[in-house]
Amino acid sequence: MATYKLKTPISEEDVRKLKVNDVIYITGTMFTARDSAHKRALDYYKQDKKMPINPQGLAVFHCGPIVKKENTKWTIVAAGPTTSTRMDLFEDEFIKNYKVRVVIGKGGMGKKTTDAMKKYGAVYGAFTGGAAILAARAVKNVKSVEWFDLGMPEALWILEVEDFGPLAVAIDSHGNNLFEDIRKKVEENRPKIYEKLGI
Amino acid sequence: MTNQNIVENVAVKLLQLAVTELPQDVKEALQNAYRQEESKAGKTQLKAILNNIELAEKTRTPMCQDTGVIIFYLKAGAQVKGLNKIEEALRNATKRATKEVPLRPNAVNPFTQKNTGDNTGRFIPFIHWEIVPGNDIEITVFPKGGGCENVCALGMLRPGEGVKGLKKFVVDTIIKAGAKPCPPNIIGVAVGGGADIAMKLAKETLLRPLNQSNPDPKLAKLEKELHEAANSTGIGPMGLGGKFTVLGVHVEYAERHPASYPAAVAVQCWAARRASARIHPDGTVEYLTHKRPK
Repeated sequence: MATYKLKTPISEEDVRKLKVNDVIYITGTMFTARDSAHKRALDYYKQDKKMPINPQGLAVFHCGPIVKKENTKWTIVAAGPTTSTRMDLFEDEFIKNYKVRVVIGKGGMGKKTTDAMKKYGAVYGAFTGGAAILAARAVKNVKSVEWFDLGMPEALWILEVEDFGPLAVAIDSHGNNLFEDIRKKVEENRPKIYEKLGI
Repeated sequence: MTNQNIVENVAVKLLQLAVTELPQDVKEALQNAYRQEESKAGKTQLKAILNNIELAEKTRTPMCQDTGVIIFYLKAGAQVKGLNKIEEALRNATKRATKEVPLRPNAVNPFTQKNTGDNTGRFIPFIHWEIVPGNDIEITVFPKGGGCENVCALGMLRPGEGVKGLKKFVVDTIIKAGAKPCPPNIIGVAVGGGADIAMKLAKETLLRPLNQSNPDPKLAKLEKELHEAANSTGIGPMGLGGKFTVLGVHVEYAERHPASYPAAVAVQCWAARRASARIHPDGTVEYLTHKRPK
């Protein structure tokens, strides 16, 4: 278990050093993307259209923030992670096509994503769900917003962050998945619980 | 000021209070969990949660970016004048709070996927009406996040499975939900009535404070049993392992159809936001869940 401070763009080599249970902090650029933005990004790739930013080496944050506009300037009010499993539908392709190195969210992700992280070199960083103000504090600047037609929660918010974390590495690029390990333990407990309840 | 204006202002205040400050019973349950959690990962998560709610309270900022789909529970005195204007007042309050607090716009058309931008739309905010004797209006706001809403479950069990079936359904639902609903959770369980009634009751029972036990001793015992079962799963805070998977389990019921055994499980994330106030006929307002609204 080690702590790493990473600066974007993050290289594959840097990401391969990380192991589950490590803690990381990110400084640099990250962008939010949820269901709709992932879907559109994959459509763009198929159509050979460029995304508004180049995600290579960046962190993608599963988050639909509350953002406030004062005069012409956007500021992040609250920005905790959303449930990542919804993005399991898209994330393997997204990692493959766009080479993001860190996926940030809550609740963990499934096998397809874990396999893609192993193959292409990426990790999953778990941030405390609901801890929206802690997250917002690490955002120093909203660089821009793209795809705003998707609505505030689904838009692509491009953020400048400083020491964004702590993120618990819960899936590494070696096929380890912390959430999966917990799930296995829970499965072992299930029959004991049934027995106690007389089921 | 007319009733409509008072209701609108109180509802804006309640939305602001709810999303920025947890009721005392929830705060205490989270602090208690932090003190007693043995898993290191779990404790770290609880610490972040406690820091975050403290900051939310201090800065009057929503503790979580997901401020939910807006739901109101109303207990309206039968003698109150202007009841026909209350819905409009609550819609206006929702729009205002969306800008003023701010809340995240969370009302999306399911066919066009367009966000209405102000948290109002068809049937939203949703209002549960109850007409009660007297001339007070009691308003409760219940902004519930989508992550925990997505793991709510309805089981149309067979009557032959009975309470054992119910217990299994509750445990299975919690295990299936795992890390997704931002544990530690509050679990609302309701059995009987029908599909809609069971879910309505399950959700409504989440509004009961955590330090209030079920007045029915048999149900209180069942709640305790399910609480212990949930916390033996090992899911833990944010699903990273530990003994605090839930902060409480609340059970409610209605009589059932002889052929049906509807069981509903409503899951609430740790950010169990609710705020209530009572408006008296002279226009004075009594805040019920939060001590001194700032």
